Amino acid sequence: MMPAAIMDLRELYQDIILDHGRHPRNQRALDHPTHLARGHNPLCGDRVTVYLAIEGNRIADLSFEGRGCAISTAAASLMTEVLKGKTLEEARQLFAQFHATVTGGTPEELPEALKEDAERLEPLTGVRAYPVRVKCATLPWHAFEAALKSGLAGAIVKTE
Amino acid sequence: MAFDPRRLRREFPIFERNPGLVFLDSGASAQKPRQVIDGIAEFYRNDYANVHRGVYQLSARSTDRFEEARETVRAFLNAADEREIVFVRGATEAINLVAQSWGPAHVKPGDEVVISDLEHHSNLVPWQMLCERVGARLLVAPTDATGEFDLGQFEALLSPRTRLVAVTHISNVTGALLPVARIVELAHAKGAFVLIDGCQAVPRLPVDVQALGCDFYAFSGHKAYGPTGTGVLYGRYDALLSMPPWQTGGGMIANVTYPLTEFQEPPHRFEAGTPDIAGAVGLAQAIDFIEGIGRAAIREHEAGLTGYGVDRLSRIPGVQLVAGGQRRLSILSFNLEGVHPHDVGTVLDQHGVAVRVGHHCAQPLMDKLGIAGTVRASLGVYNDEADIDRLAEAVEACREMFQR
Repeated sequence: MMPAAIMDLRELYQDIILDHGRHPRNQRALDHPTHLARGHNPLCGDRVTVYLAIEGNRIADLSFEGRGCAISTAAASLMTEVLKGKTLEEARQLFAQFHATVTGGTPEELPEALKEDAERLEPLTGVRAYPVRVKCATLPWHAFEAALKSGLAGAIVKTE
Repeated sequence: MAFDPRRLRREFPIFERNPGLVFLDSGASAQKPRQVIDGIAEFYRNDYANVHRGVYQLSARSTDRFEEARETVRAFLNAADEREIVFVRGATEAINLVAQSWGPAHVKPGDEVVISDLEHHSNLVPWQMLCERVGARLLVAPTDATGEFDLGQFEALLSPRTRLVAVTHISNVTGALLPVARIVELAHAKGAFVLIDGCQAVPRLPVDVQALGCDFYAFSGHKAYGPTGTGVLYGRYDALLSMPPWQTGGGMIANVTYPLTEFQEPPHRFEAGTPDIAGAVGLAQAIDFIEGIGRAAIREHEAGLTGYGVDRLSRIPGVQLVAGGQRRLSILSFNLEGVHPHDVGTVLDQHGVAVRVGHHCAQPLMDKLGIAGTVRASLGVYNDEADIDRLAEAVEACREMFQR
Protein backbone atom coordinates (compact mmCIF):
# COMPACT_ATOMS: atom_id res chain seq x y z
CA MET A 1 0.00 0.00 0.00
CA MET A 2 1.50 3.29 -1.11
CA PRO A 3 1.01 6.18 1.31
CA ALA A 4 0.48 8.44 -1.73
CA ALA A 5 -2.60 6.43 -2.63
CA ILE A 6 -4.06 6.93 0.84
CA MET A 7 -3.46 10.67 0.63
CA ASP A 8 -5.11 10.78 -2.79
CA LEU A 9 -8.12 8.95 -1.43
CA ARG A 10 -8.43 11.39 1.46
CA GLU A 11 -8.36 14.16 -1.11
CA LEU A 12 -11.27 12.51 -2.95
CA TYR A 13 -13.28 11.42 0.07
CA GLN A 14 -12.97 14.57 2.17
CA ASP A 15 -15.00 14.76 5.37
CA ILE A 16 -17.51 17.08 3.76
CA ILE A 17 -18.11 14.58 0.93
CA LEU A 18 -18.66 11.73 3.37
CA ASP A 19 -20.98 13.93 5.43
CA HIS A 20 -23.12 14.96 2.45
CA GLY A 21 -22.97 11.40 1.11
CA ARG A 22 -24.37 10.01 4.36
CA HIS A 23 -26.71 12.86 5.24
CA PRO A 24 -27.71 14.49 1.98
CA ARG A 25 -29.52 17.83 2.17
CA ASN A 26 -32.71 18.49 0.22
CA GLN A 27 -33.19 14.82 -0.60
CA ARG A 28 -36.94 14.74 -1.22
CA ALA A 29 -39.43 15.38 -3.99
CA LEU A 30 -40.85 18.90 -4.37
CA ASP A 31 -44.63 19.08 -3.99
CA HIS A 32 -45.09 21.50 -6.86
CA PRO A 33 -42.06 21.50 -9.10
CA THR A 34 -42.03 23.62 -12.24
CA HIS A 35 -39.24 21.52 -13.76
CA LEU A 36 -37.78 18.06 -13.27
CA ALA A 37 -35.38 15.68 -14.97
CA ARG A 38 -33.78 12.31 -14.33
CA GLY A 39 -30.10 11.62 -14.60
CA HIS A 40 -28.80 8.13 -15.22
CA ASN A 41 -25.25 6.85 -15.17
CA PRO A 42 -25.45 3.51 -17.01
CA LEU A 43 -21.90 2.67 -15.93
CA CYS A 44 -22.84 2.23 -12.28
CA GLY A 45 -26.64 2.32 -12.42
CA ASP A 46 -26.84 5.50 -10.38
CA ARG A 47 -30.05 7.46 -10.82
CA VAL A 48 -30.95 10.92 -9.65
CA THR A 49 -34.10 12.99 -10.13
CA VAL A 50 -33.74 16.76 -9.80
CA TYR A 51 -36.80 18.91 -8.97
CA LEU A 52 -36.92 22.67 -9.47
CA ALA A 53 -39.36 25.39 -8.48
CA ILE A 54 -38.54 28.38 -10.65
CA GLU A 55 -40.07 31.77 -9.96
CA GLY A 56 -39.33 34.32 -12.62
CA ASN A 57 -35.65 33.84 -13.34
CA ARG A 58 -34.83 32.63 -9.84
CA ILE A 59 -34.54 29.12 -8.38
CA ALA A 60 -36.95 29.40 -5.44
CA ASP A 61 -36.41 25.81 -4.40
CA LEU A 62 -34.74 22.64 -5.61
CA SER A 63 -34.30 19.10 -4.38
CA PHE A 64 -33.26 15.65 -5.52
CA GLU A 65 -34.17 12.02 -5.07
CA GLY A 66 -32.22 8.85 -5.73
CA ARG A 67 -29.34 6.89 -4.29
CA GLY A 68 -25.91 6.65 -5.68
CA CYS A 69 -22.29 6.55 -4.64
CA ALA A 70 -20.87 8.94 -2.06
CA ILE A 71 -19.61 11.26 -4.80
CA SER A 72 -22.85 11.58 -6.75
CA THR A 73 -24.98 11.89 -3.61
CA ALA A 74 -22.70 14.55 -2.15
CA ALA A 75 -22.60 16.35 -5.49
CA ALA A 76 -26.40 16.46 -5.66
CA SER A 77 -26.64 17.58 -2.05
CA LEU A 78 -24.07 20.37 -2.41
CA MET A 79 -25.60 21.46 -5.70
CA THR A 80 -29.02 21.94 -4.13
CA GLU A 81 -27.51 23.94 -1.29
CA VAL A 82 -25.53 26.19 -3.57
CA LEU A 83 -28.19 26.81 -6.20
CA LYS A 84 -31.10 27.65 -3.91
CA GLY A 85 -32.08 31.30 -4.42
CA LYS A 86 -29.75 31.79 -7.37
CA THR A 87 -30.80 33.31 -10.68
CA LEU A 88 -30.65 31.05 -13.72
CA GLU A 89 -27.67 33.01 -15.03
CA GLU A 90 -25.82 32.55 -11.75
CA ALA A 91 -26.59 28.84 -11.84
CA ARG A 92 -25.25 28.60 -15.38
CA GLN A 93 -22.05 30.36 -14.36
CA LEU A 94 -21.55 28.08 -11.35
CA PHE A 95 -22.06 24.94 -13.44
CA ALA A 96 -19.69 26.19 -16.14
CA GLN A 97 -17.05 26.89 -13.50
CA PHE A 98 -17.56 23.55 -11.76
CA HIS A 99 -17.62 21.57 -15.00
CA ALA A 100 -14.44 23.22 -16.25
CA THR A 101 -12.69 22.57 -12.93
CA VAL A 102 -13.48 18.85 -12.77
CA THR A 103 -12.90 18.12 -16.45
CA GLY A 104 -9.63 20.05 -16.67
CA GLY A 105 -11.01 22.88 -18.81
CA THR A 106 -10.44 26.60 -18.36
CA PRO A 107 -12.89 28.02 -15.84
CA GLU A 108 -14.43 31.37 -16.71
CA GLU A 109 -13.95 34.27 -14.30
CA LEU A 110 -16.77 34.27 -11.74
CA PRO A 111 -18.37 37.42 -10.38
CA GLU A 112 -17.19 38.22 -6.83
CA ALA A 113 -20.64 37.36 -5.41
CA LEU A 114 -20.41 33.71 -6.59
CA LYS A 115 -16.88 32.95 -5.44
CA GLU A 116 -17.97 31.76 -2.03
CA ASP A 117 -20.43 29.33 -3.64
CA ALA A 118 -17.72 28.00 -5.94
CA GLU A 119 -15.56 27.41 -2.87
CA ARG A 120 -18.32 25.35 -1.31
CA LEU A 121 -18.10 23.06 -4.34
CA GLU A 122 -14.33 22.84 -4.07
CA PRO A 123 -14.28 19.54 -2.09
CA LEU A 124 -15.85 17.79 -5.08
CA THR A 125 -13.10 18.81 -7.43
CA GLY A 126 -10.94 15.96 -6.10
CA VAL A 127 -12.59 13.80 -8.77
CA ARG A 128 -10.30 15.48 -11.33
CA ALA A 129 -7.72 12.82 -10.50
CA TYR A 130 -10.27 10.02 -11.18
CA PRO A 131 -11.51 10.35 -14.75
CA VAL A 132 -14.00 7.48 -14.38
CA ARG A 133 -15.57 9.24 -11.40
CA VAL A 134 -16.00 12.71 -12.93
CA LYS A 135 -19.41 11.71 -14.24
CA CYS A 136 -20.55 10.88 -10.71
CA ALA A 137 -19.93 14.48 -9.70
CA THR A 138 -21.48 16.05 -12.79
CA LEU A 139 -24.55 13.79 -13.10
CA PRO A 140 -26.87 15.91 -10.86
CA TRP A 141 -25.75 19.06 -12.65
CA HIS A 142 -26.56 17.58 -16.04
CA ALA A 143 -29.96 16.57 -14.68
CA PHE A 144 -30.44 20.14 -13.41
CA GLU A 145 -29.60 21.53 -16.84
CA ALA A 146 -31.93 19.04 -18.56
CA ALA A 147 -34.75 19.97 -16.16
CA LEU A 148 -34.40 23.63 -17.10
CA LYS A 149 -34.80 22.72 -20.77
CA SER A 150 -37.61 20.22 -20.48
CA GLY A 151 -39.86 21.73 -17.83
CA LEU A 152 -42.28 19.19 -16.42
CA ALA A 153 -41.89 16.84 -19.39
CA GLY A 154 -39.08 15.23 -17.38
CA ALA A 155 -36.12 14.64 -19.65
CA ILE A 156 -33.75 11.77 -19.01
CA VAL A 157 -30.06 12.50 -19.32
CA LYS A 158 -27.39 9.87 -19.50
CA THR A 159 -23.76 10.38 -18.76
CA GLU A 160 -22.77 8.10 -21.63
CA MET B 1 3.29 -30.78 -12.12
CA ALA B 2 1.73 -28.99 -9.15
CA PHE B 3 -0.49 -26.05 -9.94
CA ASP B 4 1.59 -22.93 -9.50
CA PRO B 5 -0.16 -19.58 -10.07
CA ARG B 6 3.14 -17.70 -9.54
CA ARG B 7 4.73 -19.59 -12.41
CA LEU B 8 1.64 -19.16 -14.57
CA ARG B 9 1.60 -15.43 -13.86
CA ARG B 10 4.98 -15.15 -15.56
CA GLU B 11 3.29 -16.31 -18.76
CA PHE B 12 1.25 -13.08 -18.77
CA PRO B 13 3.22 -10.02 -19.92
CA ILE B 14 0.60 -7.66 -18.40
CA PHE B 15 1.90 -8.50 -14.93
CA GLU B 16 5.47 -7.64 -15.94
CA ARG B 17 4.33 -4.25 -17.17
CA ASN B 18 2.10 -3.64 -14.16
CA PRO B 19 4.00 -4.93 -11.16
CA GLY B 20 1.90 -5.08 -8.02
CA LEU B 21 -1.35 -5.38 -9.95
CA VAL B 22 -3.88 -7.64 -8.28
CA PHE B 23 -6.16 -8.54 -11.17
CA LEU B 24 -9.52 -9.86 -9.99
CA ASP B 25 -11.64 -9.11 -13.04
CA SER B 26 -11.11 -12.19 -15.19
CA GLY B 27 -14.87 -12.78 -15.16
CA ALA B 28 -15.19 -9.69 -17.33
CA SER B 29 -12.17 -10.56 -19.46
CA ALA B 30 -9.11 -12.64 -18.76
CA GLN B 31 -5.55 -11.46 -19.39
CA LYS B 32 -3.63 -12.94 -22.31
CA PRO B 33 -0.72 -15.35 -22.03
CA ARG B 34 2.37 -14.89 -24.18
CA GLN B 35 1.36 -17.99 -26.17
CA VAL B 36 -1.78 -16.22 -27.42
CA ILE B 37 -0.17 -12.82 -28.04
CA ASP B 38 2.82 -14.34 -29.83
CA GLY B 39 0.71 -16.96 -31.59
CA ILE B 40 -1.38 -14.29 -33.30
CA ALA B 41 1.71 -12.32 -34.34
CA GLU B 42 3.40 -15.48 -35.57
CA PHE B 43 0.35 -16.36 -37.67
CA TYR B 44 0.24 -12.90 -39.27
CA ARG B 45 3.98 -13.08 -39.97
CA ASN B 46 4.07 -16.56 -41.45
CA ASP B 47 0.78 -17.96 -42.64
CA TYR B 48 -1.74 -15.18 -43.14
CA ALA B 49 -4.02 -14.83 -46.17
CA ASN B 50 -7.77 -14.87 -46.64
CA VAL B 51 -9.33 -18.29 -46.17
CA HIS B 52 -11.37 -20.75 -48.21
CA ARG B 53 -11.18 -19.22 -51.67
CA GLY B 54 -7.51 -18.90 -52.50
CA VAL B 55 -5.94 -21.24 -55.05
CA TYR B 56 -2.46 -20.31 -53.85
CA GLN B 57 -0.53 -22.20 -51.19
CA LEU B 58 -0.46 -19.42 -48.64
CA SER B 59 -4.25 -19.21 -48.60
CA ALA B 60 -4.46 -22.98 -48.27
CA ARG B 61 -2.11 -22.80 -45.27
CA SER B 62 -4.12 -20.03 -43.69
CA THR B 63 -7.30 -22.03 -44.25
CA ASP B 64 -5.65 -25.02 -42.61
CA ARG B 65 -4.74 -22.98 -39.54
CA PHE B 66 -8.29 -21.62 -39.34
CA GLU B 67 -9.90 -25.04 -39.69
CA GLU B 68 -7.38 -26.56 -37.26
CA ALA B 69 -8.58 -23.98 -34.76
CA ARG B 70 -12.12 -25.27 -35.30
CA GLU B 71 -10.91 -28.79 -34.57
CA THR B 72 -9.17 -27.52 -31.41
CA VAL B 73 -12.47 -26.02 -30.24
CA ARG B 74 -14.32 -29.22 -31.09
CA ALA B 75 -11.97 -31.26 -28.95
CA PHE B 76 -12.15 -28.65 -26.17
CA LEU B 77 -15.94 -29.09 -25.95
CA ASN B 78 -15.87 -32.74 -26.99
CA ALA B 79 -18.35 -32.04 -29.78
CA ALA B 80 -19.03 -34.99 -32.05
CA ASP B 81 -18.16 -33.17 -35.26
CA GLU B 82 -16.18 -30.06 -36.10
CA ARG B 83 -19.05 -28.88 -38.31
CA GLU B 84 -20.90 -28.21 -35.07
CA ILE B 85 -18.49 -25.38 -34.21
CA VAL B 86 -19.48 -21.93 -35.51
CA PHE B 87 -17.01 -19.07 -35.05
CA VAL B 88 -18.68 -15.87 -33.89
CA ARG B 89 -17.59 -12.62 -32.23
CA GLY B 90 -18.50 -13.74 -28.75
CA ALA B 91 -21.18 -15.40 -26.65
CA THR B 92 -23.47 -12.42 -27.22
CA GLU B 93 -23.36 -12.99 -30.96
CA ALA B 94 -23.74 -16.75 -30.51
CA ILE B 95 -26.93 -16.31 -28.50
CA ASN B 96 -28.30 -13.68 -30.87
CA LEU B 97 -27.59 -16.03 -33.76
CA VAL B 98 -29.72 -18.75 -32.16
CA ALA B 99 -32.44 -16.27 -31.17
CA GLN B 100 -32.67 -14.84 -34.66
CA SER B 101 -32.16 -17.96 -36.76
CA TRP B 102 -33.40 -20.92 -34.72
CA GLY B 103 -35.90 -18.81 -32.77
CA PRO B 104 -38.57 -17.81 -35.30
CA ALA B 105 -38.28 -21.21 -37.02
CA HIS B 106 -39.10 -23.11 -33.80
CA VAL B 107 -40.82 -20.79 -31.32
CA LYS B 108 -44.46 -20.14 -32.13
CA PRO B 109 -47.22 -18.02 -30.59
CA GLY B 110 -48.13 -19.36 -27.14
CA ASP B 111 -44.83 -21.22 -26.74
CA GLU B 112 -42.59 -20.61 -23.76
CA VAL B 113 -38.91 -19.87 -23.25
CA VAL B 114 -37.48 -20.54 -19.80
CA ILE B 115 -34.40 -18.76 -18.45
CA SER B 116 -32.95 -18.55 -14.92
CA ASP B 117 -32.92 -15.43 -12.75
CA LEU B 118 -29.12 -15.45 -12.89
CA GLU B 119 -28.83 -14.64 -16.58
CA HIS B 120 -26.55 -12.00 -18.02
CA HIS B 121 -28.51 -9.52 -20.14
CA SER B 122 -27.05 -11.23 -23.21
CA ASN B 123 -28.91 -14.44 -22.33
CA LEU B 124 -32.08 -12.56 -21.46
CA VAL B 125 -32.74 -9.69 -23.86
CA PRO B 126 -32.44 -11.80 -27.07
CA TRP B 127 -35.13 -14.16 -25.68
CA GLN B 128 -37.28 -11.27 -24.50
CA MET B 129 -37.16 -9.83 -28.02
CA LEU B 130 -37.82 -13.20 -29.64
CA CYS B 131 -40.85 -13.77 -27.42
CA GLU B 132 -42.17 -10.31 -28.19
CA ARG B 133 -41.63 -10.89 -31.91
CA VAL B 134 -43.38 -14.27 -32.15
CA GLY B 135 -45.90 -13.90 -29.33
CA ALA B 136 -44.27 -16.38 -26.94
CA ARG B 137 -43.85 -16.12 -23.17
CA LEU B 138 -40.61 -15.70 -21.23
CA LEU B 139 -40.57 -17.55 -17.89
CA VAL B 140 -37.94 -17.14 -15.21
CA ALA B 141 -36.76 -20.04 -13.04
CA PRO B 142 -35.64 -18.77 -9.63
CA THR B 143 -32.66 -19.46 -7.42
CA ASP B 144 -33.39 -20.11 -3.75
CA ALA B 145 -32.24 -18.03 -0.76
CA THR B 146 -28.90 -19.86 -0.66
CA GLY B 147 -28.20 -18.88 -4.25
CA GLU B 148 -28.80 -22.41 -5.54
CA PHE B 149 -30.75 -22.96 -8.77
CA ASP B 150 -34.12 -24.36 -7.68
CA LEU B 151 -34.60 -27.53 -9.73
CA GLY B 152 -38.07 -28.17 -8.27
CA GLN B 153 -39.40 -24.76 -9.27
CA PHE B 154 -37.70 -25.09 -12.63
CA GLU B 155 -39.36 -28.41 -13.30
CA ALA B 156 -42.73 -26.92 -12.36
CA LEU B 157 -42.29 -24.26 -15.05
CA LEU B 158 -41.72 -26.81 -17.80
CA SER B 159 -44.60 -27.93 -19.97
CA PRO B 160 -45.23 -29.17 -23.50
CA ARG B 161 -45.28 -25.46 -24.44
CA THR B 162 -41.63 -25.08 -23.41
CA ARG B 163 -39.61 -24.71 -26.62
CA LEU B 164 -36.30 -23.57 -25.19
CA VAL B 165 -34.43 -23.45 -21.91
CA ALA B 166 -31.56 -20.96 -21.89
CA VAL B 167 -29.38 -20.94 -18.79
CA THR B 168 -25.91 -20.01 -17.71
CA HIS B 169 -23.43 -22.70 -16.68
CA ILE B 170 -21.85 -20.50 -13.98
CA SER B 171 -23.43 -17.22 -12.86
CA ASN B 172 -21.29 -14.19 -13.67
CA VAL B 173 -22.71 -12.46 -10.57
CA THR B 174 -22.82 -15.10 -7.83
CA GLY B 175 -20.46 -17.78 -9.14
CA ALA B 176 -23.21 -20.39 -8.67
CA LEU B 177 -22.62 -23.51 -10.74
CA LEU B 178 -25.91 -24.67 -12.22
CA PRO B 179 -26.88 -28.35 -12.46
CA VAL B 180 -26.88 -28.12 -16.24
CA ALA B 181 -26.89 -31.86 -16.97
CA ARG B 182 -30.08 -32.27 -14.93
CA ILE B 183 -31.58 -29.14 -16.51
CA VAL B 184 -30.96 -30.64 -19.96
CA GLU B 185 -32.51 -33.94 -18.92
CA LEU B 186 -35.67 -32.30 -17.56
CA ALA B 187 -36.01 -29.95 -20.54
CA HIS B 188 -35.49 -32.71 -23.09
CA ALA B 189 -38.14 -34.80 -21.36
CA LYS B 190 -40.58 -32.05 -22.36
CA GLY B 191 -39.20 -31.84 -25.87
CA ALA B 192 -37.52 -28.47 -25.33
CA PHE B 193 -34.14 -27.38 -26.70
CA VAL B 194 -31.43 -26.22 -24.32
CA LEU B 195 -28.86 -23.46 -24.76
CA ILE B 196 -26.09 -23.06 -22.20
CA ASP B 197 -24.11 -19.86 -21.74
CA GLY B 198 -20.67 -21.23 -20.95
CA CYS B 199 -18.73 -17.96 -20.68
CA GLN B 200 -17.68 -18.41 -17.06
CA ALA B 201 -17.43 -22.19 -17.27
CA VAL B 202 -15.13 -23.04 -20.18
CA PRO B 203 -11.98 -21.42 -18.72
CA ARG B 204 -12.25 -23.49 -15.54
CA LEU B 205 -14.37 -26.62 -15.96
CA PRO B 206 -14.07 -29.65 -18.19
CA VAL B 207 -17.03 -29.21 -20.57
CA ASP B 208 -18.36 -32.13 -22.59
CA VAL B 209 -21.31 -31.08 -24.73
CA GLN B 210 -22.11 -34.67 -25.65
CA ALA B 211 -22.25 -35.75 -22.02
CA LEU B 212 -24.35 -32.68 -21.19
CA GLY B 213 -26.58 -33.37 -24.16
CA CYS B 214 -27.31 -29.68 -24.69
CA ASP B 215 -28.41 -28.44 -28.12
CA PHE B 216 -26.41 -25.21 -28.04
CA TYR B 217 -23.41 -24.08 -26.02
CA ALA B 218 -21.98 -20.58 -26.31
CA PHE B 219 -18.79 -19.00 -25.02
CA SER B 220 -16.55 -15.99 -25.52
CA GLY B 221 -12.88 -16.39 -26.35
CA HIS B 222 -11.69 -13.37 -24.41
CA LYS B 223 -12.88 -14.72 -21.06
CA ALA B 224 -10.90 -17.89 -21.78
CA TYR B 225 -7.50 -16.14 -22.18
CA GLY B 226 -8.13 -15.73 -25.92
CA PRO B 227 -8.44 -12.62 -28.09
CA THR B 228 -11.39 -10.23 -27.94
CA GLY B 229 -13.84 -10.51 -30.80
CA THR B 230 -13.77 -14.30 -30.79
CA GLY B 231 -16.41 -16.70 -29.64
CA VAL B 232 -18.01 -20.00 -30.35
CA LEU B 233 -21.46 -21.34 -30.89
CA TYR B 234 -21.65 -25.09 -30.56
CA GLY B 235 -24.85 -26.43 -32.08
CA ARG B 236 -25.92 -30.05 -32.47
CA TYR B 237 -25.49 -30.70 -36.18
CA ASP B 238 -29.11 -31.50 -36.97
CA ALA B 239 -30.17 -28.41 -35.04
CA LEU B 240 -27.79 -26.24 -37.07
CA LEU B 241 -28.95 -27.94 -40.27
CA SER B 242 -32.55 -26.94 -39.50
CA MET B 243 -31.62 -23.26 -39.15
CA PRO B 244 -31.76 -20.62 -41.88
CA PRO B 245 -28.81 -18.22 -42.34
CA TRP B 246 -28.92 -15.14 -40.13
CA GLN B 247 -26.39 -12.98 -41.93
CA THR B 248 -25.73 -13.35 -45.62
CA GLY B 249 -22.91 -12.51 -47.98
CA GLY B 250 -19.62 -14.09 -49.03
CA GLY B 251 -18.36 -17.37 -47.64
CA MET B 252 -21.77 -18.76 -46.73
CA ILE B 253 -23.23 -19.43 -50.18
CA ALA B 254 -23.14 -22.55 -52.36
CA ASN B 255 -24.57 -20.97 -55.49
CA VAL B 256 -26.00 -17.53 -56.26
CA THR B 257 -28.28 -16.54 -59.13
CA TYR B 258 -30.54 -13.51 -59.31
CA PRO B 259 -33.69 -15.43 -58.53
CA LEU B 260 -32.21 -17.76 -55.91
CA THR B 261 -29.30 -18.47 -53.59
CA GLU B 262 -28.34 -21.84 -52.21
CA PHE B 263 -26.55 -21.73 -48.90
CA GLN B 264 -23.60 -23.68 -47.59
CA GLU B 265 -23.98 -26.34 -44.95
CA PRO B 266 -23.18 -25.53 -41.34
CA PRO B 267 -20.93 -24.15 -39.98
CA HIS B 268 -20.06 -21.98 -42.99
CA ARG B 269 -23.73 -21.08 -43.46
CA PHE B 270 -23.42 -18.99 -40.30
CA GLU B 271 -20.05 -17.40 -41.04
CA ALA B 272 -20.80 -14.76 -43.67
CA GLY B 273 -17.91 -12.51 -44.62
CA THR B 274 -14.22 -12.87 -43.88
CA PRO B 275 -14.05 -14.36 -40.39
CA ASP B 276 -11.68 -13.29 -37.62
CA ILE B 277 -9.03 -15.71 -38.88
CA ALA B 278 -6.21 -14.62 -36.59
CA GLY B 279 -8.70 -14.48 -33.74
CA ALA B 280 -9.60 -18.13 -34.27
CA VAL B 281 -5.89 -19.03 -34.35
CA GLY B 282 -5.40 -17.05 -31.12
CA LEU B 283 -8.38 -18.78 -29.53
CA ALA B 284 -6.87 -22.16 -30.41
CA GLN B 285 -3.65 -21.02 -28.69
CA ALA B 286 -5.68 -20.03 -25.63
CA ILE B 287 -7.31 -23.44 -25.56
CA ASP B 288 -3.89 -25.11 -25.85
CA PHE B 289 -2.78 -22.94 -22.93
CA ILE B 290 -5.77 -24.01 -20.82
CA GLU B 291 -5.41 -27.67 -21.76
CA GLY B 292 -1.70 -27.49 -20.99
CA ILE B 293 -2.65 -26.71 -17.40
CA GLY B 294 -5.71 -28.96 -17.40
CA ARG B 295 -9.21 -27.82 -16.54
CA ALA B 296 -9.55 -30.30 -13.69
CA ALA B 297 -6.48 -28.70 -12.10
CA ILE B 298 -7.79 -25.19 -12.78
CA ARG B 299 -11.12 -26.07 -11.25
CA GLU B 300 -9.51 -27.49 -8.14
CA HIS B 301 -7.27 -24.46 -7.73
CA GLU B 302 -10.06 -21.94 -8.25
CA ALA B 303 -12.52 -23.82 -6.04
CA GLY B 304 -9.96 -23.72 -3.23
CA LEU B 305 -9.30 -20.05 -3.81
CA THR B 306 -13.03 -19.27 -3.98
CA GLY B 307 -13.53 -20.95 -0.62
CA TYR B 308 -10.57 -19.05 0.81
CA GLY B 309 -12.07 -15.79 -0.49
CA VAL B 310 -15.49 -16.54 1.01
CA ASP B 311 -13.85 -17.25 4.34
CA ARG B 312 -11.55 -14.21 4.25
CA LEU B 313 -14.22 -11.72 3.17
CA SER B 314 -16.96 -12.98 5.45
CA ARG B 315 -14.72 -12.32 8.45
CA ILE B 316 -14.64 -8.60 7.65
CA PRO B 317 -17.36 -6.78 9.62
CA GLY B 318 -19.92 -5.16 7.35
CA VAL B 319 -19.18 -7.38 4.34
CA GLN B 320 -22.27 -9.09 2.93
CA LEU B 321 -21.53 -11.80 0.39
CA VAL B 322 -24.12 -12.51 -2.27
CA ALA B 323 -25.16 -16.13 -1.88
CA GLY B 324 -23.71 -18.40 -4.53
CA GLY B 325 -24.97 -21.81 -3.49
CA GLN B 326 -22.93 -24.85 -2.50
CA ARG B 327 -20.86 -25.06 -5.64
CA ARG B 328 -19.72 -21.47 -6.12
CA LEU B 329 -16.78 -21.14 -8.46
CA SER B 330 -14.39 -18.30 -9.27
CA ILE B 331 -16.71 -15.39 -8.52
CA LEU B 332 -17.26 -13.50 -5.27
CA SER B 333 -19.84 -10.74 -5.20
CA PHE B 334 -20.23 -8.65 -2.08
CA ASN B 335 -21.25 -5.36 -0.59
CA LEU B 336 -19.69 -3.33 2.19
CA GLU B 337 -22.36 -1.98 4.49
CA GLY B 338 -22.99 1.73 4.08
CA VAL B 339 -20.59 2.10 1.16
CA HIS B 340 -21.69 2.19 -2.47
CA PRO B 341 -19.94 -0.44 -4.67
CA HIS B 342 -18.59 2.30 -6.90
CA ASP B 343 -16.79 3.91 -3.96
CA VAL B 344 -15.43 0.53 -2.86
CA GLY B 345 -14.13 0.01 -6.41
CA THR B 346 -12.27 3.32 -6.39
CA VAL B 347 -10.63 2.61 -3.03
CA LEU B 348 -9.65 -0.91 -4.13
CA ASP B 349 -8.18 0.50 -7.33
CA GLN B 350 -6.01 2.88 -5.30
CA HIS B 351 -4.74 -0.20 -3.49
CA GLY B 352 -3.85 -1.81 -6.81
CA VAL B 353 -6.77 -4.24 -6.74
CA ALA B 354 -8.81 -4.37 -9.96
CA VAL B 355 -12.41 -5.52 -9.47
CA ARG B 356 -15.68 -4.82 -11.25
CA VAL B 357 -18.50 -2.91 -9.60
CA GLY B 358 -22.10 -2.35 -10.62
CA HIS B 359 -24.94 -4.55 -11.82
CA HIS B 360 -22.76 -6.89 -13.93
CA CYS B 361 -25.31 -6.85 -16.78
CA ALA B 362 -27.87 -8.53 -14.52
CA GLN B 363 -30.24 -5.76 -13.47
CA PRO B 364 -33.26 -8.03 -12.77
CA LEU B 365 -31.08 -10.06 -10.39
CA MET B 366 -30.00 -6.87 -8.59
CA ASP B 367 -33.68 -5.91 -8.26
CA LYS B 368 -34.47 -9.32 -6.80
CA LEU B 369 -31.61 -9.04 -4.32
CA GLY B 370 -32.71 -5.49 -3.50
CA ILE B 371 -29.30 -3.98 -4.16
CA ALA B 372 -28.01 -1.37 -6.60
CA GLY B 373 -24.97 -3.43 -7.46
CA THR B 374 -22.11 -5.40 -6.03
CA VAL B 375 -18.36 -5.43 -5.87
CA ARG B 376 -17.25 -8.48 -7.81
CA ALA B 377 -13.91 -10.22 -7.54
CA SER B 378 -13.39 -12.94 -10.14
CA LEU B 379 -10.50 -15.35 -10.50
CA GLY B 380 -8.10 -16.52 -13.14
CA VAL B 381 -5.26 -19.06 -13.23
CA TYR B 382 -2.78 -16.36 -12.18
CA ASN B 383 -4.50 -15.56 -8.87
CA ASP B 384 -3.39 -16.96 -5.53
CA GLU B 385 -4.12 -16.52 -1.84
CA ALA B 386 -1.88 -13.48 -1.65
CA ASP B 387 -4.22 -11.74 -4.12
CA ILE B 388 -7.22 -12.55 -1.93
CA ASP B 389 -5.30 -11.24 1.08
CA ARG B 390 -4.59 -7.98 -0.76
CA LEU B 391 -8.29 -7.74 -1.65
CA ALA B 392 -9.35 -8.32 1.96
CA GLU B 393 -6.82 -5.77 3.26
CA ALA B 394 -8.08 -3.19 0.76
CA VAL B 395 -11.69 -3.84 1.77
CA GLU B 396 -10.66 -3.37 5.42
CA ALA B 397 -8.97 -0.09 4.51
CA CYS B 398 -12.09 1.00 2.66
CA ARG B 399 -14.22 0.22 5.66
CA GLU B 400 -11.94 2.26 7.92
CA MET B 401 -11.92 5.19 5.54
CA PHE B 402 -15.70 5.36 5.35
CA GLN B 403 -16.15 4.80 9.07
CA ARG B 404 -14.08 7.77 10.12
